[in-house]
Amino acid sequence: MILPWLILIPFIGGLLCWLVERFDQTLPRWIALFTMALLFGLGLWLWGSGDYSFAPRPDAAASWPLEFKHAWIERFGINLHLALDGLSLLMVLLTGVLGVLSVLCSWKEIQRHVGFFHLNLMWILGGVVGVFLALDLFLFFFFWEMMLVPMYFLIALWGHSSNENKRSRINAATKFFIYTQASGLIMLVAILGLVLVNYSNTGVLTFDYALLLKAQLDPAIEYLLMLGFFIAFAVKFPIVPLHAWLPDAHAQAPTAGSVDLAGILLKTAAYGMIRFALPLFPNASVEFAPIAMALGLIGIFYGALLSFAQSDIKRLVAYSSISHMGFVLIGIYSGSELALQGAVVLMIAHGLSAAALFILCGQLYERLHTRDLREMGGLWSRLPWLPALSLFFAAASLGLPGTGNFVGEFVVLFGAFAQAPWVVVMATFGVVLASIYSLAMVHRAHFGPARSDAALAGMDAREVGMILLLAALLVLLGVYPQPVFDTSLATMNGVQQWIGSALSPLVSAR
Amino acid sequence: MEFTAQHFIALLPLLIVSATLVVVMLAIAWRRNHGLSFVLSAAGLVLALLSIPVAHQPLALQVTTLLQLDSFAYFYMALILLATLACVTLAHAYLGEKPGAEGFPGNREELYLLMLLSAAGGLVLVCARHLAGLFIGLELLSVPVYGLVAYAFFNRRSLEAGIKYMVLSAAGSAFLLFGMALMYAESGSLVFVEIGTSLAAQGASPLVQAGIGLMLIGLGFKLSLVPFHLWTPDVYEGAPAPVSAFLATASKVAVFAVLLRLYQLSPATSGGWLNDALGLIAIASILGGNLLALNQSNLKRLLGYSSIAHFGYLLVALIASDGLAVEAIGVYLATYVLTSLGAFGVITLMSSPFQGRDADALYEYRGLFWRRPYLTAVLTVMMLSLAGIPLTAGFIGKFYVVATGVESRQWWLIGALIAGSAIGLYYYLRVMVTLFLVEPGLRRHDAPFDWGQRAGGVMLLAIALLAFFLGVYPQPLLELVQQAGLAAL
Repeated sequence: MILPWLILIPFIGGLLCWLVERFDQTLPRWIALFTMALLFGLGLWLWGSGDYSFAPRPDAAASWPLEFKHAWIERFGINLHLALDGLSLLMVLLTGVLGVLSVLCSWKEIQRHVGFFHLNLMWILGGVVGVFLALDLFLFFFFWEMMLVPMYFLIALWGHSSNENKRSRINAATKFFIYTQASGLIMLVAILGLVLVNYSNTGVLTFDYALLLKAQLDPAIEYLLMLGFFIAFAVKFPIVPLHAWLPDAHAQAPTAGSVDLAGILLKTAAYGMIRFALPLFPNASVEFAPIAMALGLIGIFYGALLSFAQSDIKRLVAYSSISHMGFVLIGIYSGSELALQGAVVLMIAHGLSAAALFILCGQLYERLHTRDLREMGGLWSRLPWLPALSLFFAAASLGLPGTGNFVGEFVVLFGAFAQAPWVVVMATFGVVLASIYSLAMVHRAHFGPARSDAALAGMDAREVGMILLLAALLVLLGVYPQPVFDTSLATMNGVQQWIGSALSPLVSAR
Repeated sequence: MEFTAQHFIALLPLLIVSATLVVVMLAIAWRRNHGLSFVLSAAGLVLALLSIPVAHQPLALQVTTLLQLDSFAYFYMALILLATLACVTLAHAYLGEKPGAEGFPGNREELYLLMLLSAAGGLVLVCARHLAGLFIGLELLSVPVYGLVAYAFFNRRSLEAGIKYMVLSAAGSAFLLFGMALMYAESGSLVFVEIGTSLAAQGASPLVQAGIGLMLIGLGFKLSLVPFHLWTPDVYEGAPAPVSAFLATASKVAVFAVLLRLYQLSPATSGGWLNDALGLIAIASILGGNLLALNQSNLKRLLGYSSIAHFGYLLVALIASDGLAVEAIGVYLATYVLTSLGAFGVITLMSSPFQGRDADALYEYRGLFWRRPYLTAVLTVMMLSLAGIPLTAGFIGKFYVVATGVESRQWWLIGALIAGSAIGLYYYLRVMVTLFLVEPGLRRHDAPFDWGQRAGGVMLLAIALLAFFLGVYPQPLLELVQQAGLAAL
């Protein structure tokens, strides 16, 4: 029974935030903080008490450490089917941490309509948790689309418009919404295609993951359906030709929105690929893998180059996300268990480091009222703490050993090398580019001649606390990633077996 | 044929509405009283609704050669009656409580009369099994609407809209009649089923194809499908808000129901180039409606264009015509009626009581959330539902239509649907975000503060809750629609 509560807690908390707004302006913040802490606490408790050494695999698709099932729409055989395995758990934990942080980082930034803001924030997180737990394809799609609406409001109502164009935040939000919704509809068509093919083969109308895993698909149809899923995930990922919404959305979103967007929302796409696209369509995925990895490579370089060219610090971080997610994509499609595990570590590490960078950007903006790097410079002498911490996270982002990003990138490249040596060789150069844009960002913002000598307000305990927490987690992940590997092992092993069975005839044919 | 009590019982909803009509008319003749007319009409509609379970019999019953009363007919009757009831309630709020300083300056009572008359036409239409029944129903449905659209005749726009609608509607009817004549000339029968069988035997000659084409034009006009949509935005804008609501819901549902029955029962309308033409109309409606709505700054016009697009989506299911199609159309129409009533309801309450013109400009809704949060919540749910976002009823409808399209492999239509909804999102979101933007200085119209306690407000909140509930738990609606399948007779 705990699984539905994981989803309901944020929804109920969000409603409470809205209702108490009229009595007090700070109460919603505390309620939201408590809600997220509760979610995180529940996640930790589940981690401590559960056994995550098994997960679905080709020979036992229906085995889950925790499961919840209840009939919903009988007409189509749709169930409220939730389940938790190691991968979902890690993602829920990440959601909890970043949820707490996004409440904290908007403590000062958001002063208008506090209750309604937190309603939206909580509902995004609730939807994301739903995506991570849903095992019914209809339910998955339901949450996938549902979380867009509050995100839209978050960007459109509390975002920052650029100086030239007063409506730019609304345009950015609309762009984000249309991109993801339209691609979501393509996924809906693919889901329905899969369900109806299965229906015509077996006579059972169902949206259930475990049953659809056994669907017999014609190769051409399998490829088309896989593409339908892939496009939806590619938009959210974002993979390069479909990424245009991301920099705008990030640049205009409030800090909490950017944190959620980069930290969690992008991860739902990677999660969807690992959970749905690969196991449901193993043969087509293997066939498609070279293209996907090539897209990953393009993303790495494109993101890195454009990141270097940005003058808006938030856009810079946004493009760097595209670059990092390229590694995740390569890890997912390389078909090796090690690389898949590395992708999970990288997802978590990137979630933490991107969140930290966006929070730092937000703090800079609160002090300078600009995100333009050309108007920064020399901040090191004007501000204590913040530049040094920025340097740490820039270093983490470029994959410095000792941080989680290093572990993730290294394991992805190491694991994928056997399958795709050339891709790995080229991707390695992406790491070099990462150090260029990361260091350039720190250099342009914090070093060089100062624009004025006036000292800026230092960081208060809340701000330092948030950043130090993220830094500690990132270092912990960097020096002792074993618990994460252990937790995700069973899931990745299952996924690898699905692809492996599709991969082996291909290998022998060579 | 002989009339028995059974036939009368089966006809109860129609009979009750007709009786109500007479009673309301007599009441007006005896003494004008706005409240009384409203109560009488609403009571009659409720009574007619309640009579549906009584009238409904497990087997389909044919009453004269014109009408066939089956589950299908009763489902759409219920939908029409509910929509009319909602529109009547809205009209009561809109016209204003008492004659005098506030509210509608002209006579108020006849609006109910016209609406009831039109609803009766709708009831006839959904059970028509004969082209004559179709024509009677359609005219009974449309003619009172001319009066309704021009009800605020002292207002230039309303009068213009009324005349426009009358001229074009009459032209549409003429097309329809000519088409029927051609069909009759070729098949020798006016009954849907017999037309189908005789044409299937003879093959479709050019004359029949022309006939079907002309009929499609006539019906397409009533449904405002592209390219017969030109009247829609003007009429929606000019008509008083509750009348626009009626036009968008009850009137269109009835016409689509009869189109569905015709299409299902006489298969001659499907297949061949006509199917392609219908497909093209669907694509044009989806894309045209959505594209034209993009830059509208008038909410009523915007909803008018969006309804064009929605009927385009419905055509996708109609063209698929097998498997899930009938069910999908039922679900989609039900959710669409709910949503449109909600959206027009908010406009009506914002313009209540009547003040010369309706609050339909988008800027009048700026920052509404910070003044009337619950009313805004209703409109937000409706916009999301029209856009087909999960947690709202509209999503279930769209899900059904996509499922039908995939099932019958209409890839072009599915593509248009996806493109259309992506475009549509833009303007639905635009309306939505306007509601939440910071309040400007000017404010011309606002709903009265106690809107939530009045009949119209209560109904609106109920609609919003229902739209949310059906989005989360649609099973009851789906079961209802499943039973309302089309009897093959």
